[in-house]
Amino acid sequence: MAAPAATQYGSPDVDAAGQQLFDELIAQDSRIEPRDWMPEAYRKSLTRQISQHAHSEIIGMQPEANWITRAPSLKRKAILMAKVQDEAGHGLYLYSAAETLGTPRDKMTEDLIAGKARYSSIFNYPVLTWADIGAIGWLVDGAAICNQVPLCRASYGPYGRAMVRICKEESFHQRQGFEILLELANGTQAQRDMAQDAINRWYAPSLMMFGPPDDDSPNSKQSMAWNIKRFSNDELRSRFVGMIAEQVKALGLSLPDPDVRFNEDTGKWEHGPLDWEEFKEVLAGRGPCNAQRMERRREAHEDGAWVREAAAAYADKQARRAASATEAA
Amino acid sequence: MSEANASATRITPGNALRPEDIAASDAVPSPEAAEYALWLGDDSLILAQRLGWWISRAPELEEDVALANIALDLIGHARSFLTYAGSASGRTEDELAYFRREPEFRSAHLFEQPNGDFARTIARQFVVSHYQWELYSRLAHSTDATLAGIAAKAVKEVDYHRDHSLQWVLRLAQGTEESRRRMIAGLKLTWPYVEELFADEPLIDALGGAAVRPSSLREPFDAAVAAVLAEADLEVPAVPGATGGGRHGVHSEHLGYILAELQVLAREHPGASW
Repeated sequence: MAAPAATQYGSPDVDAAGQQLFDELIAQDSRIEPRDWMPEAYRKSLTRQISQHAHSEIIGMQPEANWITRAPSLKRKAILMAKVQDEAGHGLYLYSAAETLGTPRDKMTEDLIAGKARYSSIFNYPVLTWADIGAIGWLVDGAAICNQVPLCRASYGPYGRAMVRICKEESFHQRQGFEILLELANGTQAQRDMAQDAINRWYAPSLMMFGPPDDDSPNSKQSMAWNIKRFSNDELRSRFVGMIAEQVKALGLSLPDPDVRFNEDTGKWEHGPLDWEEFKEVLAGRGPCNAQRMERRREAHEDGAWVREAAAAYADKQARRAASATEAA
Repeated sequence: MSEANASATRITPGNALRPEDIAASDAVPSPEAAEYALWLGDDSLILAQRLGWWISRAPELEEDVALANIALDLIGHARSFLTYAGSASGRTEDELAYFRREPEFRSAHLFEQPNGDFARTIARQFVVSHYQWELYSRLAHSTDATLAGIAAKAVKEVDYHRDHSLQWVLRLAQGTEESRRRMIAGLKLTWPYVEELFADEPLIDALGGAAVRPSSLREPFDAAVAAVLAEADLEVPAVPGATGGGRHGVHSEHLGYILAELQVLAREHPGASW
């Protein structure tokens, strides 16, 4: 999608006027819309962020889809299918939002398949038991919500609006995850052990979903200046810790971190040290499931190529038929 | 769809019959109606299990969504039928789905067939959705009010499945050479299992107006399917029908694997609640 004609980039006058309007809109905390002039760096940064978010939804389908065929009750099976389906839907809205910035969905997909684009590292951890499905809903979707609710107010209109709908569904996902754990926590000893084990494994990775500590987060400052990001990584992480520290009590289970506490002086929740070396390793592609996730996405894409080609060829033929029918008439 | 709308139970959005409603109701099927509900419930359960595999593997995100939708509808139908079937013997939908052994299942072989490639999955869905539409649009008038209620809801959903699969049959048959070749192959692999769907069983005689006679569905099914295949410039595959047996618990070799995966976790924790 080319930039609309109303926004001729590259001419010094237009750029200066555009930059001024953009700065004003940001200062007023208003929204930037696809046809508005925007700095190239803003466009690039948002394209990166929204497409990464879309890719995360798509890759994130895999670890949960892994349990659809084994879900232990028909009701849980239906809920899980609906949840993974929602994630495909989120991917679709987000790719559409990113497309309004000028990058076609095919290109974003190609970048993902080629390993050029990132997705959330959390999905490179294995989903080993049914309780992991609960822990992912509660912790991973819970962390995602903490991150995403402020994004509903992101300065870029299509992104903010997509996030409103996504957040509603994510909060349902989080509740269903918590409910899975609650059921396990009230179940047999084996079920309780399964739930605790899952929390133990997903706790630290979910805290790391907020990104590196503030003093080591290179993109945060600019993103906050542009009203895309509203709160710092550490601020959001602290809020999340406070939330789960309370909720885990209702489960009668515990967080695997003896240092979780509310600091009366700062008014913030604190947690123990996180292994940022592991985070970097997983980010660099050396996590437990990076290769597996990429292989599966690539395989689905390549196996489906003939179907997409057929659909395109059929649509062309139909269009030609319709055109010649119009001509004949 | 006028037949479905004419249902005595008047299912409307927000007023749909859910498995929980069936469990809570006093309606208990006769042993014959319970057996019949198992047929239909198992068909949908096994196919939902098959389709669930596609979610995260489909050729397009839109198809992940569409196939998930169909699987979800089918699992909904299965839950209702199994809940009703189980109420005759004091068993829940989950006890039936997770703790019956293979010979106790009643699915027809078609529903157990592998996904294969996308064309084969579409061929199977094309047959199933046309069969189920003919079936449910009539079962909506069953003398058994619960079966009628489940069917009246299901037929609306299956109507969408029918449209989805026939659109793909047209696209694949008239898309590229490769897609046409695959569509033809998919139909050919599917067709041996069509016959079993329309075989009458003694159970049907015992059910009278509560059930729909399978053989009575053959003609409308053939006509509907032939019309789509003609539009796609395809022929009805000329392949011999396979011996079925699903309604008597004699299954394809595939079912054992399907159940192994479906049941593994529930069986590790007998009596547990999820």
